[in-house]
Amino acid sequence: MRALFVAVLMRDMRLAARRRIESLLPLVFFVVAVSLFPLGVGPEPQTLRLIAPGVVWVCALLASMLSVNSLYATDHADGSLEQMLLAPHHPVVIASAKALSHWLITGLPLMITAPVIGLLFDLSSATLATLVVGLLLGTPILSLLGGLGAALTLGLRSGGMLLILIVLPLATPALIFGAGAAATVETGLSASGHLSLLGALLIATAVGAPWATAAALRISTE
Amino acid sequence: MTTLLHTQGLAAQRGERLLFRGLNLTLQPGEVVWLRGRNGRGKTSLLRILAGLSTPAEGSVSLQGLDGDAPSSPRDSASRGDLLYIAHANALKDDLSAAEALEFLARVHGHLPSSQSILAALTRLGVAGHAQAPVRTLSQGQRRRVALARLALGSQSRIWLLDEPFDALDDAGVNALNGLLSEHAQQGGAALLTSHQALILKDPLPRVVHLDTDAS
Repeated sequence: MRALFVAVLMRDMRLAARRRIESLLPLVFFVVAVSLFPLGVGPEPQTLRLIAPGVVWVCALLASMLSVNSLYATDHADGSLEQMLLAPHHPVVIASAKALSHWLITGLPLMITAPVIGLLFDLSSATLATLVVGLLLGTPILSLLGGLGAALTLGLRSGGMLLILIVLPLATPALIFGAGAAATVETGLSASGHLSLLGALLIATAVGAPWATAAALRISTE
Repeated sequence: MTTLLHTQGLAAQRGERLLFRGLNLTLQPGEVVWLRGRNGRGKTSLLRILAGLSTPAEGSVSLQGLDGDAPSSPRDSASRGDLLYIAHANALKDDLSAAEALEFLARVHGHLPSSQSILAALTRLGVAGHAQAPVRTLSQGQRRRVALARLALGSQSRIWLLDEPFDALDDAGVNALNGLLSEHAQQGGAALLTSHQALILKDPLPRVVHLDTDAS
């Protein structure tokens, strides 16, 4: 079971390393989308500081959704997914490995870039720290839910759009508590309540989403 | 000798259309079965059902367990190691090298092949010279050979399910595959394959199963 998990994960990391430009696109999208806000909203530091956590979170959410579309699609098209499902283990192993590889390739870079983005918005160091902790807990949720959406929309013609419509409502709790955590720190309160709820969300998603993804993969390849 | 695989009253449906029904098929050790039928008759659907990827509309598939264990269905993870399914798609990633792609497929199925055995398998199919080349640079026939090299990896699977394995192969490739099929049969394995080209396998002589006659 571990061998299968490691094999899928290592292969995805290797493929990402060979297609470096493609793997960096979500991150570029994130940076570009976030930097549009000061231009659109105006340069007042007070306003920017207020909207920054929400802006970073919404852009991270969209960047994750745009990149998760191809998580299973290419494997489905070239027959690799079928072969993986024929492995002598439950497909939940594949779903978990895929979600983790997506997080390592998109979620982790987003999290690392967030402090730099925060500086652009003139956030205090305490708010920045909370924003990063929130993203650490939140971006895995986005990868797990995105994987589920990708599995559900596998093989559909307008899958990309449908995926976003399916996953966005599911991801709103993460968005509310993640952006809320940073916002409360900005107003001088403790963010531990928000972060605890975000952690609970992560645990619930990590337990449930891979099984749902596995079932969806089975149905999509039937 | 015991039967390796056996189906009872199998039926497959695609959308509203019934492809075949009441199919009773057995695979004995040491035999190669050539599944024939016109396009759209459900050859691939049958192979996918036998591999455990789809569920039949009716009927059941049972695999004979090793050492007299109770028969199992292809969906059981324990019986997965006994089946080797090579689909029409080659399941090779464009950005991996031929050797890496083959190694990944072996790992997914629970084997840990050494780099020598990977190279030996590729040599057997005559593509060892492209072991380090990205799959994207290989021709259709070469890709097919890399996919089929899984058969030469010495897996423990007793039942081979091959969907159009001769597709895109040249004469040398066809000979290499025939050699592998003969060897597999001699070792007590069985193979079920589809092919639109005539099979020139001499040992063992393939048994032909027509899906056309079984269809309602």
